[in-house]
Amino acid sequence: MSGEWPLWEIFIRGQHGLNHRHVGSLHAPDAEMAVKHARDVYTRRNEGVSIWVVRSAAITASSPSEKGPLFEPSNSKVYRHPTFFDIPEDVGKM
Amino acid sequence: MYAQMVKSEATNEDPEKLAAFQARIDAGEKIEPKEWMPEGYRKTLIRQIGQHAHSEIVGQLPEGNWITRAPTLERKAILLAKVQDEAGHGLYLYCAAETLGVSRDELTEALLSGKMKYSSIFNYPTLNWADIGAVGWLVDGAAIMNQVPLQRTSFGPYSRAMIRICKEESFHQRQGYDIMMKMAQGTPEQKAMAQDALNRFWYPSLMMFGPSDKDSVHSAQSMAWKIKINTNDELRQKFVDQTVPQAEYLGLTIPDPDLRWNEEKGGYDFSEPDWSEFFEVIKGNGPCNAERMEARQKAWDDGAWFREGLMAHAAKRAARKIAAE
Amino acid sequence: MEAVVDLDAALFEGLCRLGDSTLVLGHRVSEWCGHAPVLEEDIALANMALDLIGQTQLWLGLAGEVEGKGRDADALAFRRDVWEFRNLLLVERPNGDFGQTLMRQFLFDAWHQPMLKALEGSNDARIAEIAAKAGREVAYHLERSADLVIRLGDGTEESHKRMQTALDKLWPYTGEMLTSDETDRALAEAGIMAAPDSIRPTWESLVGEVLDEATLTAPEGAYLHKGGKQGTHSEHLGHMLATMQWLQRAYPDATW
Repeated sequence: MSGEWPLWEIFIRGQHGLNHRHVGSLHAPDAEMAVKHARDVYTRRNEGVSIWVVRSAAITASSPSEKGPLFEPSNSKVYRHPTFFDIPEDVGKM
Repeated sequence: MYAQMVKSEATNEDPEKLAAFQARIDAGEKIEPKEWMPEGYRKTLIRQIGQHAHSEIVGQLPEGNWITRAPTLERKAILLAKVQDEAGHGLYLYCAAETLGVSRDELTEALLSGKMKYSSIFNYPTLNWADIGAVGWLVDGAAIMNQVPLQRTSFGPYSRAMIRICKEESFHQRQGYDIMMKMAQGTPEQKAMAQDALNRFWYPSLMMFGPSDKDSVHSAQSMAWKIKINTNDELRQKFVDQTVPQAEYLGLTIPDPDLRWNEEKGGYDFSEPDWSEFFEVIKGNGPCNAERMEARQKAWDDGAWFREGLMAHAAKRAARKIAAE
Repeated sequence: MEAVVDLDAALFEGLCRLGDSTLVLGHRVSEWCGHAPVLEEDIALANMALDLIGQTQLWLGLAGEVEGKGRDADALAFRRDVWEFRNLLLVERPNGDFGQTLMRQFLFDAWHQPMLKALEGSNDARIAEIAAKAGREVAYHLERSADLVIRLGDGTEESHKRMQTALDKLWPYTGEMLTSDETDRALAEAGIMAAPDSIRPTWESLVGEVLDEATLTAPEGAYLHKGGKQGTHSEHLGHMLATMQWLQRAYPDATW
């Protein structure tokens, strides 16, 4: 056996009613595992309601457009957010 | 920084194409993977993004060193979440580099063979619990200085990765400072640990920005291409100016007798780190270079059967599916 | 009056059994952070460890409340010695290779998931609530670990061999989670917790199905170790606690 796990493009529907959006890519041996990895890698701060995965090689692209990057709503592990930590005002901006 | 001393590649392409490319960058347009780009731009980016990614991955190790010894369940969870984020950030960056035509495995092999570097900072040991605070406060603080402007970098996938990373990292520096506050306000032993951590991490943090590059041709090219946004000295000054009052608040002493406010320039004067030490660390002679590489090599070697096993199963599954159709 | 006191003691014991198992397994899994075979797996394992540590805070927090001596989850996790720990022997087994880590996870998840499901029916609302929250997390753990056991069992010759070795090594530690003792029976009779032996049929059928698909064979007639639930552990736990509890023990007056 040789070969690197193929690359997959990940699309996540952040909330009901919204489109799936491209959030990034990852490696996985097949589509089912790509879905699991996507859950672990790309929904650490929020629960996406649905995940699509597509082999990167299977995508046909027009000339690339300039789409802005994605921000995702956040989540349940509160300590990942800066406001979880009380930094006194005297310290200044952080 | 996480990408230190990245040499930019010379480019010998059609001057007209180069001028048009530069005009796009000057106009603030993003360059996307399948568009034309100078070979030097592509190679420099692979080197820079790759080094940044490697730094995230190797950077898991010094902090990971304390996950099993974190003093409370909450501290354990916070630290684990933070180190996990670093794995995630490495992953995003490898993916950004992959859009330039290099695979993650190729980048990993280049790291393990020593052909590619990672940030010097991760070759220093974490010796007491306050080091985990100091790493978050100083090392992440220094990294953020560089990463925030890189959100505006000209290469689309890199810019997007940086935006995601900056958003996720915003809690990292704060959790470090939070640990430092607890330690600095704690028992005499805790305060001693905090000062010890600052003493050891101060100069290595200043080294993260790399030696002065104000006269460097490579940096000038990278800045024109907007894959480097500020000079090393600018960022270092900004870092010192931001960090000194934070240390004062903690009641800790920055280990630099020559540190003083300079009213005229509106910033602190401070001592340069020992650059001969920096070059030794880069060459592989830092306190932990050997351990860091051994750990990465072991993970790679020991994981081979796992990666191969899953590929083999995926192939079997695909074949069975075809046979059933 | 006598019986009520006993039941509280049993409940404290039962909660420690749950919380100590999630604590010790969460700790073991976290040892992989930065060392896993592939980045995606490193991240997935950390998620699982985070879930387990979070569950520990809930179970041991409630245990401290039930005990009523002012000990919180941290006091229980960091200030008890080996003989006071009530985790299953299975979860304190060292990580071994990645196959052993995954097999240990699967054998535990296949018990953990149905156990939490049963605990959702507890007549103690606090337990039912924790079980419901933890159950959502653990359902995913089981899905993942079962899937990986199948894939690696039926992968390459080497991955098959490693998974079979892992199964042979770990199987002897699967007995005690399916066997009830007096404490378990008292809690079950009171409707507070499910008896471990009531989980056995579900565990056996689940494990049997997955091992079949993974082309792996459970060892027959293996000796089954016990004692973890009652506080008699392997030597491994002491070393883990020496690491885990070091700061709290070395600087008892400090807050962190």
